[in-house]
Amino acid sequence: MSANLSAFLYLVAGVLFILSLRGLSSPASSRQGNLFGMIGMAIAVATTLASHPPADGLAWLLVILAVAIGGSIGAVIARRVPMTSMPELVAAFHSLVGMAAVLVAAGAFYAPEAFDIGTPGNIHPQSLVEMSLGVAIGALTFTGSVIAFLKLSARMSGAPIILPFRHVINIALAAALVFFIVGLVLTGSAFDFWMITILALALGVLMIIPIGGADMPVVISMLNSYSGWAAAGIGFTLGNSALIITGALVGSSGAILSYIMCHAMNRSFISVILGGFGGETAAAGGGTGEQKPAKLGSADDAAFIMKNAQKVIIVPGYGMAVAQAQHALREMGDILKKEGVEVKYAIHPVAGRMPGHMNVLLAEANVPYDEVFELEDINSEFAQADIAFVIGANDVTNPAAEEDKTSPIYGMPVLQVWKAGTVMFIKRSLASGYAGIDNPLFYRDNTMMLLGDAKKVTENIVKAM
Amino acid sequence: MEHAAQVVDPFIFRLSIFVLAVFVGYFVVWSVTPALHTPLMSVTNAISSVIVVGALLAVGVGMVSSGSGWARGFGFVALIFACVNIFGGFLVTQRMLAMYKKKSK
Repeated sequence: MSANLSAFLYLVAGVLFILSLRGLSSPASSRQGNLFGMIGMAIAVATTLASHPPADGLAWLLVILAVAIGGSIGAVIARRVPMTSMPELVAAFHSLVGMAAVLVAAGAFYAPEAFDIGTPGNIHPQSLVEMSLGVAIGALTFTGSVIAFLKLSARMSGAPIILPFRHVINIALAAALVFFIVGLVLTGSAFDFWMITILALALGVLMIIPIGGADMPVVISMLNSYSGWAAAGIGFTLGNSALIITGALVGSSGAILSYIMCHAMNRSFISVILGGFGGETAAAGGGTGEQKPAKLGSADDAAFIMKNAQKVIIVPGYGMAVAQAQHALREMGDILKKEGVEVKYAIHPVAGRMPGHMNVLLAEANVPYDEVFELEDINSEFAQADIAFVIGANDVTNPAAEEDKTSPIYGMPVLQVWKAGTVMFIKRSLASGYAGIDNPLFYRDNTMMLLGDAKKVTENIVKAM
Repeated sequence: MEHAAQVVDPFIFRLSIFVLAVFVGYFVVWSVTPALHTPLMSVTNAISSVIVVGALLAVGVGMVSSGSGWARGFGFVALIFACVNIFGGFLVTQRMLAMYKKKSK
């Protein structure tokens, strides 16, 4: 295959990847978009195999073996993973992209002739620059994603881990990283290559451990972005346009998602990265909570009130995901709709642990997507609603964000559930949310607290209907 | 100043592709509906595994020098990781997207 033809085919693959993201502009076109992505990937792989066929029989065997192993693991995971675990799955996948970038760079370093970037020990300096950026970002993405995975899957505490002098340590590591990148470009030594890898691996861990659980939507988007930049770095090394285009797409996609998440929390990207937020839980909010009386309700009360309502807006949050309450919730919605009640769902951008997490869970429970609304589209409707049914969400409904200038979340856009006739809160306790802030809504006259596991309470309401 | 003999470094072409693709990405991603942000992440994950082309090059290298064996080893592991991601990423995205339904009338 001529070099021009293969370059053209890589371009076609890149365009198909653009179209696959374009398809996600609406659920109707999204499935076709995903198909474009698969075709693009198939073209990229076929082009590589045709233009640079594996050198001998053993190499072919290794290729087939790796595709069979990796492909079947991937297929099984994709089929089995519960939708509530999507955030940790995505984090795990990010870590694989990061590690693959490191390994490909290592492969290119040890066999530069196969990548047309020089000969062993004599690689073009420019390729070394691109390679070192790819390997550094890749390694950082790898360990960062592993930590994010551990935090999201609760294998590690979500509380921020604050090391003394962490900023000094990080700056020192970054400086050392630059030092070894310069060293690698000047000398091309393997020692420098592996020092870059090790330092970037350490930096990835140190960057993510101080970030608390509530900031995970930002972290996971940020790592998404990094995995793209790592791929782009390798794309420059290989001179492969499919990889460069994809890296740029993914990099900007993750960056935009991080921006949207930060904006929805009214936090600057820098303050999230510096970390320490999202961990000052309980202590601050728990103490003041007990003194004020909250109105507790039963499932029967809730069922009765809702059946007699005209309009109910349901506000799901992370608690719904943890309790797997989405199916019971949809059942409740169905009964209400049969009774002639108008049911809508309101979703805050940072509800859950990753962008769009709640939408996927509701879709899984067969909630039609045209009943699910974003913050800006539904906020004006709470005033006309009889009931706001808040299930497993807290901070995103906190009126202090609009009313209390001293509140740490002041200025964050929130769902104005308090404007509804009655607010029902399903929560495990009166404790504060992730941000560690007391929610004054719990103690208002038109608020009814339904304490207990989100799924059980919803099921009881369904029974009482 | 020589004119005719000037050759543009291929790096500049790559950089042009990169910069333009960042802009394309910017506009395409802003048009993605927020309801599909999770599938967006899983599909970007899958397509960033196009790094598989690098893994294929590394694993398929001819055994010409002492480094070749290492390259094959690294490439083999990278290929497994990339394939987990490609198959896992696209299939889980497909599974998610299949769940998004409109109101049945």
